[in-house]
Amino acid sequence: MTGLLLAPLVNGVINRVKARFAGRSGPPVVQPYYDLIKFLRKGAVYSGTTTWIFKASPPVSMAAALISLALVPFGGTASLIAFTGDCIVLAYMLGLMRFFTIAAALDTGSSFEGMGASREALFSALAEPAFLIGIAALAGETGFFSLSLMLGKVPTVSFELLMVVVAFVIVYLCENARIPFDDPATHLELTMVHEVMALDHGGPDFGFIQYAASIKQWILGALIVDILMPYNGGRWYVGIIEGVAAMLMLAIIIGIIESTMARLRLLRVPQLLVAAGALSTIALLLIMR
Amino acid sequence: MNAIIFSIIVFILSGVVSFLIGLGGKRQMAPRLGAWGAVVAAVIGLVPAVRVLAGRFISPFVLPWSIPLGSFSLKMDMLSAFFLVIILVMTACAAVYGLGYGKEYEGRKSNGGAWLCYNTLAASMVMVCIADNALLFLVAWEIMALASFFLVAFEHEKNEVRKAAWIYMTATYLGTACLLPMFLLLGSGPGSLNFAGFNLLHDSRLADICFLLALVGFGTKAGIMPFHVWLPEAHPAAPTHVSAIMSGVMIKTGIYGIVRVLTFIGPPHVWWGGLLIAAGAVSGVMGVLFALSQHDLKRLLAYHSVENIGIIFIGLGVGIIGACTGADIVAVLGFAGALLHVVNHALFKGLLFMGAGAVYRQTRTREMDLLGGVLKKMPITGTTFLIGAVAISGLPPLNGFISEFLIYAGSFLGIVRQKQVFVLPLAAAVAALALIGGLAAACFTKAFGIVFLGGPRSPGHVAQSEASPLMTVPMIICASLCCIIGLAGPLAAGRAAQVVVSVFGIQSPSGLNAVSDLLFKVSGVSLLLIIGAVAMTIIRNLLLQKRSVRTSVTWDCGYTAGTSRMQYSASSFAQPITDLFAFFLRTKKRVKMSAGYFPAEAHLETETPDVGNERLYRPLFIFVKALLSKFGVLQQGRIQVYVLYLVVALLVLLFWRLR
Repeated sequence: MTGLLLAPLVNGVINRVKARFAGRSGPPVVQPYYDLIKFLRKGAVYSGTTTWIFKASPPVSMAAALISLALVPFGGTASLIAFTGDCIVLAYMLGLMRFFTIAAALDTGSSFEGMGASREALFSALAEPAFLIGIAALAGETGFFSLSLMLGKVPTVSFELLMVVVAFVIVYLCENARIPFDDPATHLELTMVHEVMALDHGGPDFGFIQYAASIKQWILGALIVDILMPYNGGRWYVGIIEGVAAMLMLAIIIGIIESTMARLRLLRVPQLLVAAGALSTIALLLIMR
Repeated sequence: MNAIIFSIIVFILSGVVSFLIGLGGKRQMAPRLGAWGAVVAAVIGLVPAVRVLAGRFISPFVLPWSIPLGSFSLKMDMLSAFFLVIILVMTACAAVYGLGYGKEYEGRKSNGGAWLCYNTLAASMVMVCIADNALLFLVAWEIMALASFFLVAFEHEKNEVRKAAWIYMTATYLGTACLLPMFLLLGSGPGSLNFAGFNLLHDSRLADICFLLALVGFGTKAGIMPFHVWLPEAHPAAPTHVSAIMSGVMIKTGIYGIVRVLTFIGPPHVWWGGLLIAAGAVSGVMGVLFALSQHDLKRLLAYHSVENIGIIFIGLGVGIIGACTGADIVAVLGFAGALLHVVNHALFKGLLFMGAGAVYRQTRTREMDLLGGVLKKMPITGTTFLIGAVAISGLPPLNGFISEFLIYAGSFLGIVRQKQVFVLPLAAAVAALALIGGLAAACFTKAFGIVFLGGPRSPGHVAQSEASPLMTVPMIICASLCCIIGLAGPLAAGRAAQVVVSVFGIQSPSGLNAVSDLLFKVSGVSLLLIIGAVAMTIIRNLLLQKRSVRTSVTWDCGYTAGTSRMQYSASSFAQPITDLFAFFLRTKKRVKMSAGYFPAEAHLETETPDVGNERLYRPLFIFVKALLSKFGVLQQGRIQVYVLYLVVALLVLLFWRLR
């Protein structure tokens, strides 16, 4: 529930941190909310080349993002929908979101969107194994196979789990189009991955896509935060407040990473993702020893 | 049992009658008779199969047969019924589709012979599933190979079709050559070739040899790497309804064979499971990589069959590892996932092939780089192809996700429960499945997006109109079955788990319930997803009601002459991935860059020959041919020398006998 309200705030914090690093004072932290309201109030322009798939993609992304949000626990409390194997459903729900985004991008018949779609296909194909093997390592360590049971009950963060966290951070940067994978602030050919896939959408469609993207960011951040934070019982709102504080801290760290690194050459990106996969695999093997 | 035999008879009779009528000159009657005869026979055969799956028992059927060691005995247990259901359903759908597809050939070729072969193929597949004697099984297997050979060679006036049929024939016979010694080994103990007598509980080394022979023999039919080389040649060459049957159902008879042999050879060994997972992982990943680098739509789909057979093998391997370590839940999940994937793959691969055939009929080409924007003119084909593409990528809420989820769940539960050496293959299974899933989604966004979305990339290949109802109705049926199985996951998986438990004799009622319970929640989530998507669409439309909604051109960054040739093509979409994996793919590129300072005409051509063919089989066959050509010195060409050979041979035999 917190995710629904606070997801765009994370974006705002990251942008503010980046602006501060660049010497500007930056937009207000709640700017993403103003943007969303502005988008929802606009009309729409659809391209003549597109079909119903283009119109269907934003609602499907939104629905998939909301359901994924319901699957992820936060702040030590169990998620809304929890069952054995929900981590796999989470990964494939995000995959469904990606499928329809890529389809909508190809629907416009423009080479910009095609470029973004093809790069996104490669990056996510490599990021998904890293993610799922990390989840397998987590399952092996905690002995459970449901996200609500795995996270928030981790007694101590062992060295193997730290490797999993590093791998998850790399996957987070990739999936949310952060530097070093993509630059969310520009639309140049060099940085066309995520931002460019939504280039032709406008109005409420674009608002849906932005909100779904920020929810996806919240979900992946929640996974990282839940592994690291010790939730030792107590009242449920204490856990939520701790979780929110940790998410904002994570947002500041991501902003710092984005400001101090440059974007990688496209040839290096698969190498970084394979390194993340290797980290997860080594963590899994060490845990299983 | 009588119903099944009656169904086989109807298949063969309708085929023969159709052939005779085709010879007689009534060109239009022959295909109709053949196709509708196949549909009727399939419906007749479905009745007992569904009854057995629902739990009824059908007694075996024996006819006297004068061949030594052979007996015409048929038995239908739950495993046979499971495979029979999917074989008959897909046969019927593809027959109706073939009727529409074949209208093209009506003037030029005689269709009667093709329908005879099609019905014989269907009848032999049914026979393979219910045969209870090794000799009967092999006879049915051979008839299946022969009938499909003639079907693949239907357009035999084309050179590449002839070559493809030849490669298919060679591969099939090499595979069957491994099956014969396996059955002989299995039957040497009890002294008869009846399946009921096969029982290798005592001898584990013999079991190992039989397992390896079964893997090679049935794996060639199933299309596991490195025995898959016939698949990408034969499936594009055959007419589309035949490709749908071959890819959807015929390669599954290989899986049926492996599972059957597993029930004969006693308690499994752990390294079998590891080998199956390794073979499955290699096939899956390499299959999807090769699929990504193809620009012929049907060849892409054929390589995807290799990938999905890899997923099924991974499921079988997980099941075997579970059975070895006594973790019944892992075993049930792995096997049930593999069996359910058999059904799911048949459905969506048949659907995708039918869609590709419809597009080929309308646009006259299979090259994806020349197509585009087909969804606007062929909405039904496009929508069903989209459902097939989402299903084959294993995405919720459709059926591909359900079977992959079962295999994932089996591996995860195995990892969680066992902190031992068995975890390594299960972790490899998870990694392979994840990589395959991501690459498959990339490949099918490419296939669907390039062919159906955007604008037409070449003016000569624009679709004119939707395909005929004979072609679209089977596609709609398959797509609805995909959706139904996706939403009714617990029922389908529960049925598959039932089959597993009855066939392998696993005593674990808790395993069955666990499978259904897991899937209830998954189906609930899928339903929520669909409701959510509809709700979001309604919200978005409500928001847009008072606002202005215009149509314009795609944003083109100021380029005034943007054409549809500037879109991404299939090869460019897959280029990042194929370049990353260039070590395995070895794509050949021919580039002719424009000379001079201003952009002029340039030329790029890519071709990805099959690595198994190039690296393994071609050198092997060249070596064998070189070796055997040394014996060519014996062929002098003069009849006196040959008579001399005869005399010498007879003298040698005479002296040997008198010794």
